[in-house]
Amino acid sequence: MNKNSWILYIGILVFGLVAPFIFPAFKVQLSILCVLIVLATTWNIQGGEMGYNTFGNILFYGLGMYLCASVQVGMFFPLAEWTESGGEKTFVHTPSQFFQGMAAGLVVAAVVPTIVAGLIGYAILGLRGHYFAICTLGLGVAAGEISGGIEIIGAGQGFTTPPFPNIGGLEARGEFFYFLSFGALVLTFIAVRAIYTTRFRLILNAIRDNEDKAEAMGIETMKYKITGWMISAFFCGLAGGIMGGLVGYIDSTDVAFDGREMGVFMVLMAILGGKGTLWGPIIGATLFHFFKEGFWTFFLGWQYVALGVLIVVIVIYFPEGLMGWLREKYPERFGEVVDEADRKAQVELK
Amino acid sequence: MDFLVFQYPMITIQACLDGLLLGILFALIAYGMALQWGVMNIINIAQGDLVILGGYIAYFMYLYGIHPAWGVIVSPIIMYFVGIAIYKLVINKVVDRDLFISILATFGISILFMQLMNFAFGADVVLANSGYGTTMLFDNNVVLPNSKIFSAFISIVFAICLVVYMKRSKLGRAIRATAQNARAAKILGVDTEKVYAATFGINAALCGVAGALISITFTIHPYMGLPYTIRSFMIVIVAGLGNLPGVAMSGMGLGVFEEFADYILGTEFRIGSVFLLLVLILVYRRFKLSRKREYLK
Repeated sequence: MNKNSWILYIGILVFGLVAPFIFPAFKVQLSILCVLIVLATTWNIQGGEMGYNTFGNILFYGLGMYLCASVQVGMFFPLAEWTESGGEKTFVHTPSQFFQGMAAGLVVAAVVPTIVAGLIGYAILGLRGHYFAICTLGLGVAAGEISGGIEIIGAGQGFTTPPFPNIGGLEARGEFFYFLSFGALVLTFIAVRAIYTTRFRLILNAIRDNEDKAEAMGIETMKYKITGWMISAFFCGLAGGIMGGLVGYIDSTDVAFDGREMGVFMVLMAILGGKGTLWGPIIGATLFHFFKEGFWTFFLGWQYVALGVLIVVIVIYFPEGLMGWLREKYPERFGEVVDEADRKAQVELK
Repeated sequence: MDFLVFQYPMITIQACLDGLLLGILFALIAYGMALQWGVMNIINIAQGDLVILGGYIAYFMYLYGIHPAWGVIVSPIIMYFVGIAIYKLVINKVVDRDLFISILATFGISILFMQLMNFAFGADVVLANSGYGTTMLFDNNVVLPNSKIFSAFISIVFAICLVVYMKRSKLGRAIRATAQNARAAKILGVDTEKVYAATFGINAALCGVAGALISITFTIHPYMGLPYTIRSFMIVIVAGLGNLPGVAMSGMGLGVFEEFADYILGTEFRIGSVFLLLVLILVYRRFKLSRKREYLK
């Protein structure tokens, strides 16, 4: 790592730490942005590096959301009574209970989806191409439909997560969730960056480029595919847990297992930025968040129409994303050596 | 609750008949999906939304006092042009590309359609009342709405017409040739671009018929599209591409499965069980295929 990138990282870190105080009105938006970046980055491990385009990471996100809230409530109060009373609060968390519950909940929300990913990975990751995509799509929707029928987590009426304890009011709540999600983002970035410098990334790329050949070279592809998925699941679960607390209300199909929104968003963000790169999903998520908030503000009511059009346009015209475009334009910057004569000869051939 | 099905045979018969009649409709939608999958190698996530749109056309005719059964004729004609328009705007740009790109692009279309229908027709669950009455069987223990029988009959008629058309007509032959080998067909003078457009149009028209029948028999709602897509996908992978009796059989099987899931697990788990079945079928298929691959080792 050279000096310039250190300056960049420290600059971003400092900006992240002071951002909620510079833009106090956008704290919630910034927290959501952090969660979105986490989701896009972890989707990229799957879709970008490994070539397994999944719609199913929403499963781990929703699972994490429900688990975190359930643990947070269930540690101190009977869960069934909590969900039954709905919006009417019969139990109140003391501050220490809230934070203890949140900590335990986040651990569970990260660990259990990882285990789930490991368990179903062997069956699901054996599928190839579009079968995998549709299967994971089905998995996400099935999880949403089924969790919508389970009484103890609120069934159709939803699940209210414990409200933030009465210290410092709305300001403190925003800052707490912002730093939580920013922490998750930093953790994810460090982990993913560390992964991308190892042989593991090369193996994932080999699987993407030609799985049969990778297997023939003696790589136990299944092991690596499952590991990759478990890493995704870990961070998706964590992000889900944080998002559950941030939104304050969990509904099975509209918030948690929202394949129509979040499930597609994470794919789109990664594609918009450029899949298969470290910075692509981060830039993509940031851009997408601006687009999305713009739609929600200026096209209120028509936001999904605009979103659908955006999906089609991105997919048709920018399938390589921003980073792919930059790479085409300035290949030297990406460490590619270009032989001008050879390039011209190829252009002429075309 | 679980034993209800076995203690009362009439419920079993009811579920079977309902499921079979429903399954024929599913098979019709799946046939459209198999057609475009085979010819263009595209999985259309918006398939279900085309069905629902077709249903709304019949529903509107009903609102304006025309008998909704005429929707079976009008809806496919309109949907054919909708299909051609979608092809010209979006699909022809993703035909030769990676399959995932086409899945995502049609996902975008699906979201777009869902919302447009939501604006245009409202988020209420609606149905077009055909006023066909019901048929009672087995001492009035089994109730079959005539509209279901009507819809199954119409689906079969349309399926037969389409099969004959694909076998006999010039366009049908061109479509089949393109499905077998697009490049060779192009060399032999088939305008594949036109064939693709026609295939997508025919698929949309089939969805229109199915949608009109669904609006008569069941209910329609702007957000109900995705389950129909998943059902038809499931039917196609169970039956295989280009296996028409297989599509009909697995369609009916899926219908019966759904009715039983509805009775045994409860209505709230109906859609969930369909999606779960999809995952199970794919996983089963994966293990079956991996066993075949082991011969090579």
